[in-house]
Amino acid sequence: MSRATTPAWTPVCPLDRLDEDRGVAALVDGVQVALFRTADGLFAVDNLDPVGDAYVMSRGLVGSRGEVRTLASPLHKQVYDLTTGRCLDVAGVTLRRHRVRCRDGLVEVRLRQEE
Amino acid sequence: MSERGGRLVVVGNGMVGQRFVEALRARDRDGRWRVTVLAEERRPAYDRVRLSAVFDGVDADELSLHTPDDGVDLRLGEPATGIDRARRVVTTATGEIRYDALVLATGSAPFVPPVEGTDLPGVFVYRTLDDLTAIREHARGRHTGAVIGGGLLGLEAANALRLLGLATAVVEFAPRLMPVQVDEAGGAMLRRYVAELGVTTYLGVATTALRAGPDGAVAALALADGRTVDAELVVVAAGIRPRDELARAAGLPLGPRGGVLVDATCRSADERIWAVGECAAVDGTCHGLVAPGYATAEVVADRLLGGAATFPGADTATKLKLLGVDVASFGDAHGVTAGSLDVTYTDPATRSYAKLVLSDDARTLLGGVLVGDASAYPALRASVGGPLPAPPLALLAPAGGPGAGAGALPAGAQVCSCNAVTRADLDAAIAGGATDVPALKECTRAGTSCGSCVPMLKQLLDAAGVRQSTALCEHFDLGRQELFDLIRVRGIRTFSRLVAEHGRGNGCDICKPVVASILASLGAGHVLDGEAASLQDTNDHFLANLQRDGSYSVVPRIPGGEITPEKLIAIGEVARDFRLYTKITGGQRIDLFGARVDQLPQIWRRLVDAGFESGHAYGKALRTVKSCVGDTWCRYGVQDAVGLAIALELRYRGLRAPHKLKSAVSGCARECAEARGKDFGVIATETGWNLYVGGNGGFRPRHADLFATDLSTEALITMIDRFLIYYIRTADRLQRTAAWIEAMDGGLDHLRSVLVDDSLGLCADLDAAMARHVAGYSDEWRDVLEDPVRLRRFTSFVNAPDVPDPSITFAVERGQPVPARGAPPGPDRRRQPVALGLPEVRR
Ligand SMILES: Cc1cc2nc3c(=O)[nH]c(=O)nc-3n(C[C@H](O)[C@H](O)[C@H](O)COP(=O)(O)OP(=O)(O)OC[C@H]3O[C@@H](n4cnc5c(N)ncnc54)[C@H](O)[C@@H]3O)c2cc1C
Ligand code: SF4
Repeated sequence: MSRATTPAWTPVCPLDRLDEDRGVAALVDGVQVALFRTADGLFAVDNLDPVGDAYVMSRGLVGSRGEVRTLASPLHKQVYDLTTGRCLDVAGVTLRRHRVRCRDGLVEVRLRQEE
Repeated sequence: MSERGGRLVVVGNGMVGQRFVEALRARDRDGRWRVTVLAEERRPAYDRVRLSAVFDGVDADELSLHTPDDGVDLRLGEPATGIDRARRVVTTATGEIRYDALVLATGSAPFVPPVEGTDLPGVFVYRTLDDLTAIREHARGRHTGAVIGGGLLGLEAANALRLLGLATAVVEFAPRLMPVQVDEAGGAMLRRYVAELGVTTYLGVATTALRAGPDGAVAALALADGRTVDAELVVVAAGIRPRDELARAAGLPLGPRGGVLVDATCRSADERIWAVGECAAVDGTCHGLVAPGYATAEVVADRLLGGAATFPGADTATKLKLLGVDVASFGDAHGVTAGSLDVTYTDPATRSYAKLVLSDDARTLLGGVLVGDASAYPALRASVGGPLPAPPLALLAPAGGPGAGAGALPAGAQVCSCNAVTRADLDAAIAGGATDVPALKECTRAGTSCGSCVPMLKQLLDAAGVRQSTALCEHFDLGRQELFDLIRVRGIRTFSRLVAEHGRGNGCDICKPVVASILASLGAGHVLDGEAASLQDTNDHFLANLQRDGSYSVVPRIPGGEITPEKLIAIGEVARDFRLYTKITGGQRIDLFGARVDQLPQIWRRLVDAGFESGHAYGKALRTVKSCVGDTWCRYGVQDAVGLAIALELRYRGLRAPHKLKSAVSGCARECAEARGKDFGVIATETGWNLYVGGNGGFRPRHADLFATDLSTEALITMIDRFLIYYIRTADRLQRTAAWIEAMDGGLDHLRSVLVDDSLGLCADLDAAMARHVAGYSDEWRDVLEDPVRLRRFTSFVNAPDVPDPSITFAVERGQPVPARGAPPGPDRRRQPVALGLPEVRR
């Protein structure tokens, strides 16, 4: 799991383990990832709440603000853009995003390398 | 001169006397005046205007206007008996008090006409709490009563007798009821209403004598026309006379009809002596209402500190509510102004009568009378002397019509006459950031007394362009109450259908939990079933409380705080085996902290097997019903507080609400369970239960208000059932019961009319809804344990079910696990130990 080489796609779970609009946490290469399935597709972000400093983002509520798909932290309700990871309530705070796809009914995650 | 300060003596601690002392103390920052108050009554000032509320079950203490003030020497039960103006002393039974300034606030005495028999036992006046106690005592076991006098006070007294269960008659010398305030047509309409309440009226006839019965107490009234009216209890309400006896004996000039004669500064002929309230004849006129009285209090407080205030003139508007009958009169109600025009409106169907008195050019409103529907009263009263806010007919149309807007009022118009708040004051508060009615109430006091101006406060907010949106969030234009009704009436069972048909977007962390709560209240099944699971915030999603480190705490229900040793041991064993931090909560339960998501089902399994169920500590739901030990063990207890607390907690467990709900039951008035700090609290009396509602901890701690007294257990439960369901259906998101009641038009009285008198015809529906909740309850923990699909959610990692969340680690503090904290990022967030001061020993 060295970050120097491109990480592989890690199969995580069957698609039907994800309820629509509800997250789960997964452990990918030692990193806690929060996975979501919405009507727009799959999303993967860090499970660590950058403001509350606890691993809880998978338990947040999925929603929308205007056209933006959002995720609200369950700790203190800061809202993030699920697509970009940008926090819409606190300037300068970002949630790390990861790549996620579905292959043959299996959800796969690949960690992003930038920061 | 006396304005510099010194010793101030106030005679009388009634409504106005009290207001005067408060006004003076608030302004006298450097304590120029040392204040002594002599009070004839044995209790400090109370709200005489709401006196009759004690017959509605309001505790005498609730009427108190008294705020303790160390700077005031209040001498209860010590009336002034004389004034020596030359030596500047006031005499009482215990001695003399010197004054530099003397304020007379002695109020009025009821006028008892010289009719034979008024000294019989069973004949009362209606002025003080003691009078009401005596009336209540005498009414016990008696069946008939009569009131002499059909004015404002007489009708109020008649209603009181009716509430005491007496067949009641009113005898009025004038040819109509409320002759001072209401015209002939209004009086006729009023009489029909009063008749409907079962009160008989004898108009245009004098009472000539009161006759005793065999027991020596009053038994009947003899009327001038020869008729006799049976009455085992008589209240004389034939008018009031200012209490000017002290001033008279001291040789001060009096008004033409009595009262201490004062000028517009409220000063008497003796420059050291002032008079306020009902005993003052300001420029010769006495005012028998509290608003002008308060105005005199403010004038004298200002003057005594060197100000230049003068009496602004009296607002004689009155509004009376006789169990559903609105009567209001204001301004020149009888059209005595030369050339004035009347516009009248009579609707026999809705039985309302209204009259406006206009100036000869029909441009200026001079006064008016409203009977039956007085909703236009606040706007009309505030418009007196100014231009009409709308065409006369629009103003008089039933239900107040939107025409009667407060937005058209001039700046100087008094919107809240109880507290003398003008439109300008309110506009200033709005400009200063008050964006809703509660905020306006708080910063101006408007709407905090009789409440009749609350609708106008809303209109003023509208007029100022403050959007009082009830929209829940960007996804719904509706408020929580409307959503509740919509979901209920349309039978909607899913969020997706609701948002597709009545909203937009995908929802958010605001609307989703609200809808989840509404669906749960309406009995839509387990909170984690199907789509509902995606609506719950994390507490409800995991049926436990999310704590700061991402772990959860678990709170089993311990109804009423009663627990067997076996159960205590079971909790202890669970805590030990799962290494949980244990704390006894403020609500008499045991909170177990530090559980990982994947441990929750295992912990529940153990607890459920030991006979526990979910305490719903995670939900916006009923939390606990705390109790004291009650009469089982306590030597003071008068009822079984523990038994009732358990019954209530079990009845309402799992009930989802706009906010968390807490309750308590105390076994006697000593109140060891602190029931008055709860959303609904119960205190035992010798004969039943007193119910309090709207108390809260939280940001603004608040004592609960007495809602009903001496209820049987059955009646109590019905009342609480209705209270809770009505709250759940109509409150806003996250609105606690206290704020909910405060925001209600008509406040507690309205709530009582809905829940007790069924004024909205809702009670059967509310009762049925609670019955459904009680029948449909099942333990959410057990339901999860029994369902593998639900259980599946309780893993830390979807791809590593056996790996515990490595981020949850513990340190030890005072022998128990607490969240471990990593190296502080940035500011030092490590815990500081609590330093204890050690006593210093002197040798
Ligand atoms: C049942 C009822 C309903 C009412 N409803 C309304 C209403 O809806 N609207 C409205 O505007 N007004 C109403 N009023 C009138 C209102 O209560 C009075 O206007 C107001 O209380 C006057 O205040 P005050 O301080 O002048 O007199 P009070 O409140 O009467 O106080 C005078 C106090 O002085 C004491 N006192 C008298 N002499 C002495 C002495 N020598 N030494 C020491 N103490 C003395 C008295 O015992 C009394 O406690 C109502 C009154 C009653 C009785
Ligand atoms: S409230 Fe009364 S009954 Fe309850 S513990 Fe206290 S003293 Fe005893």
